[in-house]
Amino acid sequence: MTTFGRGLRTLVLATVLTIIVALALVFFYAPLDADQGFIQKIFYLHVPLAIVSLCGFVFGGLLAIGHLRTRNRAWDMRSYVAIHMALIFGVGGLITGSIWAKASWGHWWDWSDPTLTSFLIVLLLFATYQPLRFSIEDPERQARYASVFAVVAAAFVPLNFIAVRLAQQFVHPRILTLGGGNLPGSMRLTFLVSLLGMALLYATLWKYEMTAKNARIQVRRLRRSLLGDDSVRPLGRSAAPS
Amino acid sequence: MSALAVSPALAPGKAAPYVIAAYAVFLAIVLIYVAIMARRLTRTEKDVQQLKRELDQRAAAAEHKDEREPVL
Repeated sequence: MTTFGRGLRTLVLATVLTIIVALALVFFYAPLDADQGFIQKIFYLHVPLAIVSLCGFVFGGLLAIGHLRTRNRAWDMRSYVAIHMALIFGVGGLITGSIWAKASWGHWWDWSDPTLTSFLIVLLLFATYQPLRFSIEDPERQARYASVFAVVAAAFVPLNFIAVRLAQQFVHPRILTLGGGNLPGSMRLTFLVSLLGMALLYATLWKYEMTAKNARIQVRRLRRSLLGDDSVRPLGRSAAPS
Repeated sequence: MSALAVSPALAPGKAAPYVIAAYAVFLAIVLIYVAIMARRLTRTEKDVQQLKRELDQRAAAAEHKDEREPVL
């Protein structure tokens, strides 16, 4: 195993174990919700996906600060992978949320709900991150502009969250609050284990992709230094850092 | 007004397909991602093998050239 992948195996094992425990708790331990019944089981998947996705966007922004401060392209790549992973988790959160909405409210989407709409706005905002990168050919400029975008967009996430919390009318239930919320103990434990599993999955996939990208970059560098520049195919325009 | 308050709970039989669909979507996303990454990893592995082959060929050619050069 390369140095980039150090600790990946442990992380994978911890993730698989936590997700198995989380699934067992969801289906065999957590009681059925009095209002929603069995459909509430989607909560243990949808909410962790959405939370990890939003945290991933903020994480990407923080890593982008590292790039802007040091000009080290490795930070740009970390930020790129963090945002890329958060987008995947965000799409998962959106789809599972829609399925839950259909079962619970009778329709796939509710434009009047600030939580749903704001999440979509954040997702669409970050969906423009890759086209932005792709539109810039010079790798240095691409990394710099993408980092600035990531920082600004990441700052939008908590602002958006606060704005939604302050909104008076909402149909999304508020079950997780600083005051403890109104989740019973067994449901709270199940939710926290699910959240931990999802966070570990995000970390594992982030590390996995980072390892793969680093390996690819190392191969290109080796090829260039050992066989000369002519033997390395030009990358062309790419959204991914190289 | 809470939309949740006006929607009655679905019977487990009716709710199960939605729950299965949600978890299946999640599983599919993870599997598709892992498959894409595995494909990329295979490509990198091929690149490493090709690089090794080219280096071996170069080393062999250099050795052959040394053998043909006269020793002064």
